Parts: sequence; structure tokens; C-alpha cells
Amino acid sequence: MTGERTHTVNPEEIKKEILAKYPPKVARKRAKQITPVSSDEKDGLKVGANVRTVPGIITQRGCCYAGCKGVIMGPTRDIINLTHGPIGCGFYSWLTRRNQTRPPSDDADNYMTYCFSTDMQDQDIVFGGEKKLKAAIQEAYDIFKPKSISIFSTCPVGLIGDDVHAVAREMKEKLGINIFGFSCEGYKGVSQSAGHHIANNAIFTHVVGLDDTVMDAKFKINLLGEYNIGGDGFVIEELLNKCGIELVSTFSGNSTMDQFANCHTADLNAVMCHRSINYVADMLETKYGIPWIKVSFLGPTSTASSLRKIAAYFEDQELIDRVEAVIAEEMAPVEAKIKEVKPRCEGKTAMMFVGGSRAHHYQELFRDIGMTVLSAGYEFAHRDDYEGRHVIPDIKIDADSRNIEELEIEPDDTRYNPRKTEEEMKALEEKGYPFKAYDGMIPEMEKGSLIIDDISQHETETLIAMYKPDIFCAGIKEKYAVQKHGIPMKQLHSYDTGGPYASFEGAINFFDEIDRMLNANIWQYLEAPWQKNPELSAKYNWE
Amino acid sequence: MLLRHTPKEIKARKALAINPAKTCQPIGAMYAGLGIHGCLPHSHGSQGCCAYHRSTLTRHYREPIMAATSSFTEGASVFGGQANLLQAFLTIFTTYDPDIVAVHTTCLSETIGDDVNQIVKKAKADGTIPEGKYVIHTPTPSYVGSHVTGFSNMVKAMAVQLAEKTGKSNGKVNIVPGFVEPSDMVEMKRIAGMLGVETILFPDTSGILNGPLTGKFQMYPKGGVTIDELKRTGDSIGSIGLGAWASADAVRALDTQLKVPCQVHDLPIGLLATDRFVDALRTVAGVSVPDTVTQERGQLLDVISDMQPHLYGKKVAIAGDPDQVIALTEFLVTMGMKPVHIVTGTPGKAFTKRIKEVTARFGDDINVKGPGDLFLLHQWIKNEPVDLLICNTYGKYIARDEDIPFVRHGFPILDRIGHSYFPSVGYKGGLHLLEKILGALMDRTDRDAPEERFELVE
Repeated sequence: MTGERTHTVNPEEIKKEILAKYPPKVARKRAKQITPVSSDEKDGLKVGANVRTVPGIITQRGCCYAGCKGVIMGPTRDIINLTHGPIGCGFYSWLTRRNQTRPPSDDADNYMTYCFSTDMQDQDIVFGGEKKLKAAIQEAYDIFKPKSISIFSTCPVGLIGDDVHAVAREMKEKLGINIFGFSCEGYKGVSQSAGHHIANNAIFTHVVGLDDTVMDAKFKINLLGEYNIGGDGFVIEELLNKCGIELVSTFSGNSTMDQFANCHTADLNAVMCHRSINYVADMLETKYGIPWIKVSFLGPTSTASSLRKIAAYFEDQELIDRVEAVIAEEMAPVEAKIKEVKPRCEGKTAMMFVGGSRAHHYQELFRDIGMTVLSAGYEFAHRDDYEGRHVIPDIKIDADSRNIEELEIEPDDTRYNPRKTEEEMKALEEKGYPFKAYDGMIPEMEKGSLIIDDISQHETETLIAMYKPDIFCAGIKEKYAVQKHGIPMKQLHSYDTGGPYASFEGAINFFDEIDRMLNANIWQYLEAPWQKNPELSAKYNWE
Repeated sequence: MLLRHTPKEIKARKALAINPAKTCQPIGAMYAGLGIHGCLPHSHGSQGCCAYHRSTLTRHYREPIMAATSSFTEGASVFGGQANLLQAFLTIFTTYDPDIVAVHTTCLSETIGDDVNQIVKKAKADGTIPEGKYVIHTPTPSYVGSHVTGFSNMVKAMAVQLAEKTGKSNGKVNIVPGFVEPSDMVEMKRIAGMLGVETILFPDTSGILNGPLTGKFQMYPKGGVTIDELKRTGDSIGSIGLGAWASADAVRALDTQLKVPCQVHDLPIGLLATDRFVDALRTVAGVSVPDTVTQERGQLLDVISDMQPHLYGKKVAIAGDPDQVIALTEFLVTMGMKPVHIVTGTPGKAFTKRIKEVTARFGDDINVKGPGDLFLLHQWIKNEPVDLLICNTYGKYIARDEDIPFVRHGFPILDRIGHSYFPSVGYKGGLHLLEKILGALMDRTDRDAPEERFELVE
């Protein structure tokens, strides 16, 4: 494949080629979400995002329910997540996201292997499903005696007007356990992103702050927006612990309700996936006075700089020294791996269309082994994830976003406790310390590359035909269509069966994985001998 | 323990489903639509439905699953989805150029009452659906039936909306294969071919969902029943529907509407059900069964009799789709095994009755529930342990916790390959199933045998 690479193609041409196939109105709409990076001057580049998908275009996006139930609440093990709706929604979100969990003991709560649903039938749609929902909660309580139950609304629930929040309040009162609901009907918003927001808001409202116990640790932080796919969260936590940093909570990889309840006692919030959770970081700061920073543990350079950022925040020389020692120790095997793998990967090209954040975060890992990212984009991001947080004030709130509740947060009467004084914050900032800073994907993109938001099947095909990448990264729905071309495809939502890829340890796994995928023998055998040499000849092989 | 909270004590549940043995209608309709050549299935609802169905089908088949969605937003849910569906037709036919679009609904569009029939008429009238292109559609509310019902509805729509009667017989037999694997569809055609019976098998996902790696992605791969063939189903000499849940509606509709006489049989899984399938083909088409088929039958019989010591009396728990489970249960009974816990998630009163019939020799000594779920099945197993579990991939959690030999069968299978390539229908398919069952049982015997009883020859 590499022989015919044409990534010098002008991205403007590719955009034109893509749009030519669409009806005019669709082309005009898509044009705003396709941004060629034609020069090194990237200031002012815009990427339309978080807008409606054109019906029929073959999008890869999912729905609000998927973002709420699957992504955010999926990785929390000690709660019964009850889907109120027909059976499908609960079924499809049952164990399909590879978010790992590690209960502390054999008898600790873990409901993640279960699927709970009210399995609504036509009579429930006609006469209302609240009665069945109540009965289902009662039955779940009688069988399992859980500490918490949450209720997820599916499309018909909102349409028929079932009040899941009223049911939750009533049953909470009756059973004396924490019960709350999510209005995460699939039609809300334009993608999974709406569901992330609804999930996080409910956790913030119903769970955060319920337990004021302060962990006995000098440096304690929350990790926000890390979902422990393939064990990423495990290796990040191990790394932090090695440095002497403790996690009060992770939102929401390997998480428990107790961690959420207690998270307001941490002293810093480190945000991995900006898209799914930056607003929680803001709310925790406003209400409890915990500052936040953007981090990434994908790629050795980002991992090292994130550790340094955390250490610098605490302004503790012992911690700073320890972090440096850990980085030095951990970096050595990573560098050795890069040296081994790079000769086989250098000069090859990649594309990635996932997330949230990953289409940005993973670029470093490819660059480390000498590869170029030709095109990238997110599935459910907003403009700030491309252009940086400075655009947030300019983002127009449209009808679809307006339907997603924004919480009004005030400082907590008793527990608001700024971890650093204004002066201390300012002093750090003056030294270049990046509180609440995220510049988005655009600065990563090289001249000649193309950014595409909410990529469609047709656009994927055009990119593959024109750029001929060596590897393509996206999700399960794209996987085999790409591989039919003879191009290896890496899932960056679920990691196929691999991972962890975070932290130094994960980087080594990732380099091995990409090396394996690019250099596997199998792609050489696409043609049979008779296809390579179709002409008939009567030679015998001893002639 | 992965299912550590499942208690042995069984409490009756009226409202709560736990670990379902079914999913919703639209995915079955999508799967059926993929079995038409040149077809793009379309999901009229929120985009999450389409994403979930494509993901699940992709994981099961490890093949591209192309389908479009109406991408409902809150506005569409309030004002109706007509504008979304019309836009979808325009986008689809301009950009992806399918021969046919198979539209199914969702709980969302059903609840708000979108009239898809009327929208399609409008789209045809104003040219949004271009001349020469086809759109078929069926309601698939997720709150009725299961994925099997959705499959059945879409297959019926194929027949009802495309079949024509010219009055001149084409000499062919229609076969509706049921919600089975592409490998099973190939095997049904092979058996019919051995009998010399010409068939129109629909839907036919062979060639589409078990396609080759060629270095080129094809949006519409070779394979699938063609629109022309579907039109000609009205001229066939008869129809055989395999599996009452998945196939009866389609063949009955052809019978009532176009007078194509139909028969409904169990899925041809196992010795006796395959016997009935072959016999039906023979009598409908008026042909005799060649020795090659009888030979294959004899081979299956031979292996079953050879391996009786390993099969006889073994207790089995089974969960799956009703058509599959009925035939499978009969097969196990034929082989001398004892299915003791049997669950399907799909509703339908006939299920329990049929299971009782095929397990009559055991009297009331078996647990059967339809609709039930895997949580109940697991509880039954805790109360009466089994030697073998047959279930889709979700069964692996029960199998691991209870340490039971496990054979994956049904939908979805997310962690193994083979189902799209090796059939379980027909005599050959029976052999393949038997090989898997014996492999699981005998691997366990070897694993657990004390050293002095570990034997070379078994």
C-alpha cells in the first residue's frame, strides 16, 4: 500500500471530491464540518461540530442514551443500572464497551455483568410504564438489596410522559437507598455527547458530596474522563501511586458510587477526555474550590508532562523529584521499544476518527514511531475540542443543545474551600501554569491534512481512495469495511481486544500493536497466484 | 464470580427483566434487509438504534454492516419524522445508490405514529425515490416481540411488497430460511441442489455476511436474493417456511395473497427436523431423494450411535431463539441427551407446547419458559446442575461461574468465529453441531480425569 501513497494531495481537492457526491444542501452542510489544513498558519481555522447529522448519510454516531448509560455510567460497578424501555437499549449496552472493573473482594458489589430492563411491552406504551418501573425497582431491591439504583429513559419513555424522576423520588423514600433517574432519551441532542452531559449532571446532583470523609493522603486528585477501556485506568492509577499521588475517584473507569460521593475532597481535578466531562471539572471548582487541569496519559511525552503538571500544582519538591525519578525509570523501556519498532513503522500514515478526545490524544503515539496523521476528526465533539477553549463564548447554542440541562452551581455554603488562594493561582499561572487550558486538536494537525467532524461512510471511502493510509483508526462499525480494502483497522473506542494503551506501559503495548498490524504478513496474500498471473500456460514445473 | 449476585432462590418477577435472552425487533429487520442484493437497510428512528444494531451485527459477523438512519432529534420526535425520512431517501439514493432500501421503524417512530407507508408513497410520487428503485418497509416496534419478530416482519414485507404473480409457474420452491446464519442458507441451497430442486431462498445473507477479503470494499457485495427473484416468488410452485416464529408469516402471506401454497416446518437442525425438511422439499417439488442425501443422513446417524456413551443421559441447559431452541432440543433428545432447562426470550405460547412435545419422554421433568431470561436459566442451573450449556455468547458468564462445558449457538456470538462459515442445519450441520458438543464434553472429561483414568482412546 505504501508505494502509492499520495498524502501530498491537496486537502481542498479531497474536500471538493467528497462534497461532489452529495445533494447540494447536504454538501453545504457538510462543508462546514470538513476543514482542510492547507498551511502551517492554523489560527482561525474552524470546524463545525455538535450539529445534527444529515439523515441517511451513514453516520457512525450513537445516541444520548448510549452516552449516558453506556459511556458514563457503564463503568460503575456498585449500582443497578436499570433501563426503562423496550429490551433493545439495555441489551446492546450490556458488556459491550470493554470498560474493566476490579472489585476489591469476591463479595464486593459488581453489577456490570448484568443487564436490567423493564422490557416495556405495547400495553406499557399505551397505558404508561410508571407502574412497571416501580415494580421493577422493587423487584431489583428484593433480590439484590443494592445501595443504589439508577433509571435510564429510552425514547418512548419521554414520548409517553413517564416521570422517571418522580418514580425515583418515591422509591428512594420507600426503600431508603439512593435512587435517581436520567432523562437520556435517545433523540435528545445530536450525539452521545448529550448523554454524557445528562449523566454527569445527575451524578453531580445526586451523588457528589454525600460523603465528606477525607482520604489520608498528601496528594490526592480526581481523574475525570477516563473510562478504563482495556485497563487504561488501571495503569494510570498504578503510575500515579508510584509517584505518591492517590486517586480519590475516577469518572468513571473502575469506579464506585462511594468514590463519586467523596470526590469533592480531592485537591485537584485532572481531565483526560475534555469532551465528556470538562463541565464537571468546572462545577467542582465553582462549588468546592477544586482547580482543574487538562492532562493526557496517551503517549510518553504527554504522560510525562501530565505527571509534571500535577506535581507542579502541589509545589512540593519531594513530589517533583519523585515524579522525575519515575519518568526517568519508565521512559527507558519506552524509548527502547520506539527504537525497535520505529524502523518498521517510519514514514507510514494513519487516520483516526473517534471520540471526544482520542483522535487528538493518539496522534502523539503515531508520531513517536515516525508516522504521519493524514486526517482526523471526532464523532461527537464540540468546537472547543477542535479549536480550543477560547471559542466557548462564541459557540452558538442551538435548539438541540438548549434541551440539555445546564446546572446553575453556587459555591457550597460549608464546603467551598479554594485549594489555592487567588494569589497562588495567579502566581502559578504567571509561571505559565495552564489551569483550565485546552487548545484542542487543530494545533496537532499538519499542513496538508484534513479534519472531518462526524465522518460518514462515503467520506471514509473517499479518504481511503485518495490518501491511501497505511492504518485507519475508528470504531467497530467501520472496522471491516476498512479492512476489506486490505488496510488494517484499529479500534480506538474499544481497542479491539487490546490495551491498556495509556501511561508508559500502555504506550509500549500500543507500539507493538501498530507494528503488528502494519507488518502482519496477511495483507500480502490478497491475490491468488491465478489472479496475479491469469494467462494460461502449459509449462510443467520441471521444465 | 462474574454473576456473583445471582441467588439460588428463585423469586417470581413480573416487571424486571435480567440478562435477556432476546433483543428488539429492528435488528432482525436490519439483518433480513441485508439478505437482499443491492439493499441498504434503513432505521427510521434515533441514530443510536442504527448504531447499536450495526455494532452488534458487525461483532457477530466480523463483516461490514451498512445501514442508514433517520437521525431523529427532539424536534422530529415532536413534529414527526417525515422530513427526516424524505431527506434520508434523497441522501441515500444520491450518495449510495442502492437498488432497494428496506425501511424498518423503531419504538420512537412507532410511538409517535409516523405513517411510513404514506411517506414512501409521497417520496415515490415526487421522485425522491428515483424511478427503477425500490423501497420496502415494515413496522418493527421494539416493544412487541423480539429480534425474531422484526426479522419475520421484514421478510413478510419482502414477499408482500415485491412478489408478483404472472400466472406462469417458474417451477421453483420458495424457501424462507429463518433467522439463521449465512452458512445455514448455503447449506439449505446445497441440499435443495442435491435434490435437483430449484429454489428462491429469501432473505439470503450468504456472500454478504461471510464475504471474502479481496482488497476491495464493496458496498453491495455479490450475494443476496435479487429483487427479480423476490418478484418471481409469486410464481413459485410452493413455499417452505423454516421456523414458525421467523418464517411463517412470509410464506402464509404469499399463500393468501398470491396462492402460493405453503408449508411451515421446524428449522432443519438435527436428524429428524432435517428429515422433515428434505421430505417437504421432495414432495413439494415432486422429486426423489438421491442416495447422496441419504448417505449424509446415514453418516450423522453413524456418529450419533458411535458416540452414545458420551451423550446418553447428559443434562443440557439451552437458551436462544424459539425456532432454534425447538429444533435443537429435539436433536438433543434424539441423541439420548436430556435437555432440562430451556428458555427463550421471544414471546409466543406455542413455544412451551412444542418443547413439551419434543421432550415428551421426560414428562414434566423439565423446566421451560418462554419468554424467560438468562438470569432465570442461571438460577435453574444452580438448583439443578447440568453437563452442558448451549447459548449465545452471553452464556459464557454462566458457564464460567458454574464451570459448565459451553457450546456457543445462536445470536449474537461475539467472541468466536465459525458460525457464518459452518452450518448447523442439515445433516452436515448436525455433524458440525455434534462435533462441537462432543468437543466441549470430552475436553471436560479430559480436564477433570484423575491421572490413572486419563485415557488415550475415548
